[in-house]
Amino acid sequence: MVEQALFQDQLVADPMTSTPFRIGRVVKESYDTFTLELVPQGRYQTFPFAPGQFNMLYVFGVGEIPISISGDPQHPSLLVHTTRAVGTVTKAMRALKVGDAIGVRGPFGSAWPVKEARGYDVVFVAGGIGLAPLRPALYQVLAQRDRYGKIVLLYGTRSPEDILFRSELEKWRSRFDLEIYVTVDYANSKWHGNVGVVTRLIPKAPFDPLNTIAMVCGPEVMMRFTALELQKRGVPSDHIYISMERNMKCATGFCGHCQFGPTFICKNGPVYPYNQLQSWLALWEV
Amino acid sequence: MTTAPLSFILESAHLQQLFDALARHGYHIIGPTLGDQAIIYDEITSVDDLPVGWVDEQSGGTYRLHQTKTPIYFGCTTAVQSWKRWLHPPTEVLWRARRTDSQFEILADEQPTPRYAFIGVRPCELQAIRIQDRVFLEGEFVEARYRARREAAFIIAVNCGRAGNTCFCASMGSGPEAREGFDLALTEVLEGDRHYFVVKTGSAAGQALLAEIPHQPAGDAEIEAAAHIIADTSAHMGRELNVDGLRDLLYRNYEHPRWEAVAQRCLSCGNCTLVCPTCFCVTIEDATNLNGDEAQRVRKWDSCFTMDFSYIHGGSVRYSAKSRYRQWMTHKLATWVDQFGTFGCVGCGRCITWCPVGIDITEEARLIRAADNQTVVNKKANHDESV
Repeated sequence: MVEQALFQDQLVADPMTSTPFRIGRVVKESYDTFTLELVPQGRYQTFPFAPGQFNMLYVFGVGEIPISISGDPQHPSLLVHTTRAVGTVTKAMRALKVGDAIGVRGPFGSAWPVKEARGYDVVFVAGGIGLAPLRPALYQVLAQRDRYGKIVLLYGTRSPEDILFRSELEKWRSRFDLEIYVTVDYANSKWHGNVGVVTRLIPKAPFDPLNTIAMVCGPEVMMRFTALELQKRGVPSDHIYISMERNMKCATGFCGHCQFGPTFICKNGPVYPYNQLQSWLALWEV
Repeated sequence: MTTAPLSFILESAHLQQLFDALARHGYHIIGPTLGDQAIIYDEITSVDDLPVGWVDEQSGGTYRLHQTKTPIYFGCTTAVQSWKRWLHPPTEVLWRARRTDSQFEILADEQPTPRYAFIGVRPCELQAIRIQDRVFLEGEFVEARYRARREAAFIIAVNCGRAGNTCFCASMGSGPEAREGFDLALTEVLEGDRHYFVVKTGSAAGQALLAEIPHQPAGDAEIEAAAHIIADTSAHMGRELNVDGLRDLLYRNYEHPRWEAVAQRCLSCGNCTLVCPTCFCVTIEDATNLNGDEAQRVRKWDSCFTMDFSYIHGGSVRYSAKSRYRQWMTHKLATWVDQFGTFGCVGCGRCITWCPVGIDITEEARLIRAADNQTVVNKKANHDESV
């Protein structure tokens, strides 16, 4: 027996049921990283999403994992994901070919503050594969370039061979209204750029700290130190946004796996204002 | 003008007619019964399936049954497993999929919704069901299977005539008397040769069912007898948990030395999470048949005490037993409040009884409170400075 009011809303499509999408294109980004362009199918004509949101991607019989969307929100006819082959599911995903099907549930979670950042300088700080979840926000900011102040992308990756979206970065770098700085952990003699962690790029990057929104995505330790460095320059902690990652099975708040302190990363995150998580990020094994 | 009496009498000799009425309405009756030398909630068909005369003895890491000569139907306190097993089953197929060449299609796994009548739901367990309602029904997403089972269920609560040694419902405000969330609520009274139930109705469905079986308005003496039983139970709680400022107490003691001490005893077995009536965590298993053309997705209960639970590429986030016990207890008594506006604990005491080493959540909370803010050095902060 339950009050009727609980049950008045209509039954919706089960959020645990995947919809098969067809793989339209596979792009090898580096030796272990690849991009899948999926063509919406079934009840999806297009796949609208907000930058920063993620999907649960299912490989037939193998398993399902959360992956951020890396495509352009202005072109919802294609659903784009970029991921690194590190686990059972991503390795099986890398073996898929054009025309194969992949199961999709989503989009889930919170978004980068693209609208809220209007009128501000925008600093993107990416670590490794963390560039992929930031790319939809970059597309959106660049599509409305005149609404923003300076736009800066600071990108740290392992080696020059690991640089993602290289031709796109080169194209963007030739623009006069976007500053891109790349650094690598290690390089051979052909590399003439920066070597070192991405936080080292922050002190000299051209932005006005008091009028900046920062969007940061990378390993947790990188995001923590990036936030500290941005704060040192004077960026308020509630103007810094990070994207969190945890084990996740359902993306609907029912499996309990993605809890981080009092929040569920699937529904309260993955994008959070840094000040909301600051005290929890200082603790181990949360 | 007369008002309808709020309480009724159902003579124990007529209890079978309650079963018969439920069966007539097509309910599967689930209630306490003997199984594997313990009380379990399972399918029953008559009053003879109830554990007549049996009384349980629970304490930290201990569970025993004793048979008495008293013809009491509901003499045992909480069963091993809660009603969660029926509303949120341990294993459930979500869907199947079939592969054709490079494509696949999802086949819905349509199962008829079982209509359960739960008889013998304890007040703490009613509260647990309401807490799981908040998790599955009142958020951004609605768990449709849970909703269907919940909507179809008929709930007969039984107020507690005895508190177990691991019970602390009075501390959590969930018992020993059922106040809402039931169709019918019974208090079992044995007075000399007389054996009857004082019945309260909690819904129109409850009133309609009661109308089908012999009953009469309760007199003052009978109402008083039931109230006395409940008050006596309340006065004999086995344990106590001080909930005053409990959430903030745990938040500011995340680095308390007690976590390390309890980890020395905790086996990370996950028993507490399985018997807990509010623990809702699950995992998903995707698998195929042997020739690989059919797949299915199965949802299974999971436990935050396993290493797999927090695994992300490279390792588990909570690699120590300390962090896993801390996650569980802090979730129950602190973060749950922020997530769902209520504690995730109802004071049923199962986690104490079924812990193989008798770890007691009330004792752990008390010891943290006794040495409030005796925070060990924050390793991560030191690490930050040294980098």
